[in-house]
Amino acid sequence: MGATSVASPAPLNSAPSSFPSLKALKFTTKQQELLIRVSALALIYVLAFVVRLFSVLRYESMIHEFDPYFNYRTTLFLTKNGFSEFWNWFDSESWYPLGRIIGGTLYPGLMVTAALIHRILHFFSFAVHIREVCVLTAPFFASNTTLVAYFFGKEIWDSGAGLVAAALIAICPGYISRSVAGSYDNEGVAIFALLLTFYLFVKAVNTGSLAWSLASAFGYFYMVSAWGGYVFIINLVPLYVLVLLVTGRYSMRLYVAYNCMYVVGMLLAMQIRFVGFQHVQSGEHMAAMGVFFLLQVFYFLDWVKYILNDIKLFHSFLRITLTCAITVGVLALSIGTASGYISPWTGRFYSLLDPTYAKDHIPIIASVSEHQPTAWSSFMFDFHILLFLFPAGLYFCFKRLSDATIFVVMYGLTSMYFAGVMVRLILVAAPAMCLVSSIAVSATVKNLSSLVRAKSKSPQGSGKPLSGSKAAAKASADQSLPFQKNGAIALLLGALYLLCRYAIHCTWVTSEAYSSPSIVLAARGHGGGRVIFDDYREAYYWLRQNTPPDAKVMSWWDYGYQITAMGNRTVIVDNNTWNNTHIATVGRAMSSYEHEAYEIMLSLDVNYVLVVFGGVTGYSSDDINKFLWMVRIGGGVFPVIKEPDYLVNGEFRVDKGAAPKMLNCLMYKLCYYRFGEMTTEYGKPPGYDRVRGVEIGNKDIKLEYLEEAFTTSNWIVRIYKVKPPKNRW
Amino acid sequence: MECRLPFSLVVFCLVILSSTVRSELVISSVEKFVDLHSHIVRVVSFLKVENQGPYDVSEFVLAFPDAQAKNLATMLVIYLEEGKIIYSEFPINSTKPKLKQSNMTFYPVTLPKKLEKGKTAGLDVYVVLTNLLKPLPKEITQAESQLLVYTDNIYYTSPYHIRNQSIVFRLPGRIESYSEYSEMRLVESELRYGPFEEQPPFSYSPVVVHFENNNSFAVASNFVQEIEISHWGNVQVTEQYTIIHGGAHLKNGFSRIDYQANPSMSGASSFRTLVARLPPMSHSVYYRDEIGNISTSHLRGDSQGTQLEMELRFPMFGGWKISFSIGYSLPLHDFLFESDAGNNVLNITFGSSIEEIVVENQIVRVVLPQGSKDISVKSRFTTKKSQELKYSHLDIVGRPVVVLEKDNVVPEHKRYFQVYIYYKFNNIFLLGKAMMLILGIFLLFLICILYMHADLALSKTSSWEEETEGRK
Repeated sequence: MGATSVASPAPLNSAPSSFPSLKALKFTTKQQELLIRVSALALIYVLAFVVRLFSVLRYESMIHEFDPYFNYRTTLFLTKNGFSEFWNWFDSESWYPLGRIIGGTLYPGLMVTAALIHRILHFFSFAVHIREVCVLTAPFFASNTTLVAYFFGKEIWDSGAGLVAAALIAICPGYISRSVAGSYDNEGVAIFALLLTFYLFVKAVNTGSLAWSLASAFGYFYMVSAWGGYVFIINLVPLYVLVLLVTGRYSMRLYVAYNCMYVVGMLLAMQIRFVGFQHVQSGEHMAAMGVFFLLQVFYFLDWVKYILNDIKLFHSFLRITLTCAITVGVLALSIGTASGYISPWTGRFYSLLDPTYAKDHIPIIASVSEHQPTAWSSFMFDFHILLFLFPAGLYFCFKRLSDATIFVVMYGLTSMYFAGVMVRLILVAAPAMCLVSSIAVSATVKNLSSLVRAKSKSPQGSGKPLSGSKAAAKASADQSLPFQKNGAIALLLGALYLLCRYAIHCTWVTSEAYSSPSIVLAARGHGGGRVIFDDYREAYYWLRQNTPPDAKVMSWWDYGYQITAMGNRTVIVDNNTWNNTHIATVGRAMSSYEHEAYEIMLSLDVNYVLVVFGGVTGYSSDDINKFLWMVRIGGGVFPVIKEPDYLVNGEFRVDKGAAPKMLNCLMYKLCYYRFGEMTTEYGKPPGYDRVRGVEIGNKDIKLEYLEEAFTTSNWIVRIYKVKPPKNRW
Repeated sequence: MECRLPFSLVVFCLVILSSTVRSELVISSVEKFVDLHSHIVRVVSFLKVENQGPYDVSEFVLAFPDAQAKNLATMLVIYLEEGKIIYSEFPINSTKPKLKQSNMTFYPVTLPKKLEKGKTAGLDVYVVLTNLLKPLPKEITQAESQLLVYTDNIYYTSPYHIRNQSIVFRLPGRIESYSEYSEMRLVESELRYGPFEEQPPFSYSPVVVHFENNNSFAVASNFVQEIEISHWGNVQVTEQYTIIHGGAHLKNGFSRIDYQANPSMSGASSFRTLVARLPPMSHSVYYRDEIGNISTSHLRGDSQGTQLEMELRFPMFGGWKISFSIGYSLPLHDFLFESDAGNNVLNITFGSSIEEIVVENQIVRVVLPQGSKDISVKSRFTTKKSQELKYSHLDIVGRPVVVLEKDNVVPEHKRYFQVYIYYKFNNIFLLGKAMMLILGIFLLFLICILYMHADLALSKTSSWEEETEGRK
């Protein structure tokens, strides 16, 4: 490196008169560094976007999974009917016959963002369809997140760490899993908002500037509008403030930053209808308020101390004030809780603090696969080398402790805990992991490269440290060690190798695991070609085209959003899961005998029943495998449904040895209707279920109150029509 | 209807006979072929017309009962005189005598050459009719075949005296039942009635054929075609279909296992694929619907044309509906010509690219480039015409759109009729958008440069931190 800086002026000096313009073009080292940094960042920005396009290239520009379909549907409504219609939208197509007030029960941030982008594009007369905007919203925000990560990294460590953080987060699988193209979900936008809020807050704490603090309040507002995960911010930030107070790092900067952020952020957050007064009333938000008052007390005491100038007097005053403050606080909290003004913690919040809580108390939360505790393998899958770099980064953070590093350490540790509790919260931990790891990478590489370069330079060159004085000091101290330079080179190569492995792993994971829309299933055929199972859309489209527009469709809640969005038909329950009783009613109908279920279906005006069945193709996440959850949720509300009735010696079976109630319940009948006549696999008896790997127990299924209306080409979705009641005479 | 007919016929005969010109003609022989293979009824009648009157005749009148006239999609008349073939245009004007009892529609055909007295000429009338085949029974199960009923006049409906005539029904398969007449022959799938000698004008006797027909009964209730012209050399065609299976409705639900286990026996009247014949050189073909791409399709291309084989999302049974859209791009030079007056002439075919389909209502929207002027449309059949504007990428004043609407479109429209659209376009407009983009990016950089050079700070002192530190 040193060689080039010496060599380059030589030719220029030789002919300065002939190329005067070249002199102006020559960059100083600082400019070169800026150029490299900006272009690297630009590349990372593009990379973050491009790596998320696997699904579009491999499948098509489509919305993925379950929840995004609801978001897409509401965005469509928003762009068509305008914001005020959207805000006041009463949706009668879901939760029949209750309906749902959409405007008051969602976080509108994502939809408004997409609609805004759509409108801006149309303003510049780019006539793109809203679907394309929705599909690309998540990658676009992921790109923006890399920028935020860069600035965040720069704020807590240096610009090198920022660049590494941006690069790491651009391809971190934990983040990609929720932000590929088509995954049009709140999290896609929310992680950007989360990191932005944190960055702005740390910036505000570092500078003590009202402007940054205000900006962080607006970041918080955006986060609140986008995702329920804002509760994490409103608890982490006060916790951080508390830690700073305890460790004696209280400053005016902190006071300004927190107060402004909390007050303005709270007022803004209350504008979101779904949050509203919860922000001052619910137990989850009380920590922030408590810390807010604590800060006032702290400030007051500080002022008194400054006025009094007498240690003894101040100590007694301190004692009195503290006792009073704590008493008032405890009293207010207990009175608030007792009078019901402050609502207790919700079940979801409890289940975060106590991983076993949901299993015992709220089966509907426990039944969702993404709410399961995280397995070690998925940590490895989603974080790869970050898992090892994280502790190293923590070490560096503690070595150079500042307000900013304390924040990132706390963010990392808490989010790691939450990631362990719930699979989906790996997403929240991903930025923290990347930031902390980037510190480790950047600091290590910097130290090592300064070691490598130390020899080539003149000895007195090392006397002028670049940034970390410790690195330089270490370099000069370790000067005597043998093989030092070779060792450093080897370590650098090792780091390079690790980072390359990370990049390869991330690309592989993205392309293999996270880029499937899960609406369209792909498998390898016998000839090695790709076979596509498009059964979901086949069924939904059939519903859309060939059922009466006011038909009510009953299915398990997983498919509710998709049926309303793609099938455009009214559903009984959907993924919103706000009414447990309603879901339990459906669970009860599915697990009852046909004639009992018929009564329930008539009372709910059901016209069609939709079940998902994987026995023909071997698609394992079908309704039979979800059936025990239906029984549990149904049984949680209606004690008539008992789980042991469906089990044989605690075992869930569908073959001849299955429980008689199991063999005759509605779900079993609907899934296996006429399946007994079908040969699924060569050499196996007819009625061989390829998911469970058994021959089914009840092959002679007669339906009395329902009739088969439609079955998709691979039998994945089966739709039955509920017959009208018979005449009595 | 049948019972009312004779009376009205008497009235008509009087009216017609009183008119001197027409009565001079006599049809010496008619052979009528009714093709019932698909759901579009195609009737070809070979007429021999003799002028027995004292004058030359220049007009010949075709008559159709209202039930047929209402569903008449298109008609072609070929005039033969001593081996010469002269195409006649589709008779646009239908005259209908203002008589209360009338249930006849008349189409006067202007002969290209006057028929001299005593001479004989040939007239081939090719008629395409829709909606005339009625399923009976109206509802069938998946295992049954579809049976259709066709009703017609056994005699050729005409205001002229007919000396010798016969009618032939060509059927796709088994015949369930048919009207019994003495002069009648059934050979394989061909049912022939006649010959009947010396029938007066407007003779009527009903004939009913009940037969099996499992051909795909695709009816596009709605078909919107958008043709977007770009003078950069591309034509983008988008076709949106709403297709209904117009045959006997399905009852008792659809069973996949029966459909899979025995495809030939089960759901014989259903159809799963539709074939679209796209123009040659079509490229960038897509096939999708409201909820996404439909991956089951095959594209075959050769010099004759491109064939798109679309497998629908689900098999179509009687009464079922499906909607989807296809799109493709074409090179512009195959369709756009320059006329002498500096006009651009766009030559488009009217009709669906899907084979053997009836379109109940077709809307063609031709999107011309921004800045087109003096637009006019020339077509050989009547269409509703209107104009609107469309805004697409980077449009400021909008692109003029010519909207043509027509009911009851059959494949014959595509085969025999062209639509010409004339407009003026200055090629300098082509550069407009490129300039706009260049200007936009230039402005962006300009703003960046200005921003980097502007100092927006209020005070020169660096930060609040330093100020407070100093105060303390």
